[in-house]
Amino acid sequence: MLWNAFLLALREIRRNLLRSFLTILGIVIGVAAVIVMVTLGGGATRQVASQIESLGSNLLMIRVGQHMGPGVGSSAPSFSVADALAIQREVPSARAVAPAASESITVIAGNKSWSTQVSGTDNAFFDVRNWTLESGRIFTESELHGGRSVCLIGETVRKELFGALDPLGERIRLKTMSCQVVGLLRSKGQSSMGSDQDDLVVIPLRAFQRRIAGNQDVRLIQVSVRDGESTERAKQDLERLMRERRRIQDSEQDNFSVRDMREIASMLTGTTQILTTLLTAVAAVSLLVGGIGIMNIMLVSVTERTREIGIRLAIGALEREVLLQFLVEAVVLSSLGGILGILLAIGASIGLASLLQVPFVFNGGIVVIAFLFSAAVGVIFGYFPARRAARLDPIEALRRE
Amino acid sequence: MKESDPPIPTAERPPLIEFRQVSRIYGRGLAEVRALDRVDLLIQAGEFVAVMGPSGSGKSTAMNILGCLDTPNAGSYRFRGVPVESLDRDQRARLRRHYLGFVFQGFNLLNRTSALENVELPLIYRHIPRAERHQRARQALAMVGLTGWEHHTPGELSGGQQQRVAIARAMVTQPSLLLADEPTGNLDTARSHEIMDLLTGLNRDQGITVLMVTHEADMADYAHRVIHFLDGRVADTRPETEAA
Repeated sequence: MLWNAFLLALREIRRNLLRSFLTILGIVIGVAAVIVMVTLGGGATRQVASQIESLGSNLLMIRVGQHMGPGVGSSAPSFSVADALAIQREVPSARAVAPAASESITVIAGNKSWSTQVSGTDNAFFDVRNWTLESGRIFTESELHGGRSVCLIGETVRKELFGALDPLGERIRLKTMSCQVVGLLRSKGQSSMGSDQDDLVVIPLRAFQRRIAGNQDVRLIQVSVRDGESTERAKQDLERLMRERRRIQDSEQDNFSVRDMREIASMLTGTTQILTTLLTAVAAVSLLVGGIGIMNIMLVSVTERTREIGIRLAIGALEREVLLQFLVEAVVLSSLGGILGILLAIGASIGLASLLQVPFVFNGGIVVIAFLFSAAVGVIFGYFPARRAARLDPIEALRRE
Repeated sequence: MKESDPPIPTAERPPLIEFRQVSRIYGRGLAEVRALDRVDLLIQAGEFVAVMGPSGSGKSTAMNILGCLDTPNAGSYRFRGVPVESLDRDQRARLRRHYLGFVFQGFNLLNRTSALENVELPLIYRHIPRAERHQRARQALAMVGLTGWEHHTPGELSGGQQQRVAIARAMVTQPSLLLADEPTGNLDTARSHEIMDLLTGLNRDQGITVLMVTHEADMADYAHRVIHFLDGRVADTRPETEAA
């Protein structure tokens, strides 16, 4: 009986091919949207996680103020080089400590200019942030000490300012300061937030303070923890030390923050996941709308086929056999929509993933769930029209033209 | 799914159809219509009965009740000894499936469905296996003279041919009772006589009881007996042979 109902359903769908297609379009789009959202969201989450991992999970960042992000908490007092030295001295689990200050500046070389992030820091920066050199060298002790006008540039800056030329030994101008390029950093590509990590110029901290910022401020201290040491422990040590040095009373809140990369990672992936969930929920609504479309067409179909139903009932079809026939038809319709949606989604996910430069993470679970959900939509929204068909009075139904 | 309907007991061969004081009333109060008013009727297995009467005389109502599509408000209808009014919708459907065949004035074939599939339809609801279904449907079509037309849809068949498909569909299950509601109403005289010959043959050769509503006296002539309905009552029932 089920098989017969299935064959009948297929025939009925073939007969009204265009209408069937339009009916299931809602389901197709709904299923595709849900799968694409989940797939791309999964890809983005994985990308964020893996990029943060590549920064080093043993990295701690000490910032001024309590919150992350630009322009917030800047009223709190800055750090100083002395703070960095104190950390080096008093926190044994700190392997490298890099104080830094940075500003966005337009740099000029010859007749070309480029706006980039200029950071003043020391050699520990390359260590904590896992930078390696493409060519040239890092700063010498005397350059750091004397605040000399030398710099290392990122790949993007090189490309923009020098094109095909070798930048080593060339001079670039940062505001009033002219400095010599001594090293080129190896490319890291895009960061998890989509910013270009290679778009930077690094100069000695003292040069930055003197020639660019005009103050002694340090806004960020990056600390890498020794292998095998607990990041959590190091974080607590840092917090205690900084509270002490900044003379914060026990009753007062920190006016700085120590963040561990793992924490930042979970925060970012958390954000991505919330976004994915929201978008998926919106997509799921379209599945619901698709279900209503199916119910509508099934009701029309029952009305159109009243006479057929009358004949079947007169011949001896049971109520539940007629119900089953129409229910199967609705489920076959919606499942077909689900299958088309899945195919569409896989195509679209691969295309969009490469367009958005997000890894394509195939999620078999969501495909199965989406398919089952589409079938369930058929059952739920097909039941009412099917019951209406099954409850028809055969005498009335046969009289209908 | 296996067919598990219990056979209906047929102790001491009761009459095939037994109406006792059957009434069917539509509406209430002033709008009340007595479509059937305390009708008594007895039809034995193997009879060929014609039902005549003007429209509104209650014959359609009687046919609906006889066909187990409707139930009386009062009185008792026993089909093969079974009180139909005590059966629920599904039980009546099972009764139709096993013992009844319908032929309608408007043919009532499924559109865009081949003759063969139309004839197979009642066999599907009896859960007959596919191969046997095909074979029996082909045989039935052969009996009504439609060999070679199996794969034509109703739209491709003439009225007479469509009615023959409908008869094939009604007889393919070898029913006890074939109910024909003006089977020749939409056909010309020559076609009408062909259909009547078919029905007569089914009645004579296969022992199928035939109950036929008709307006035309020459169609009623084929029957053993004619029942006249008037104002919801059986006005007159006489053996056709005596009247002739």
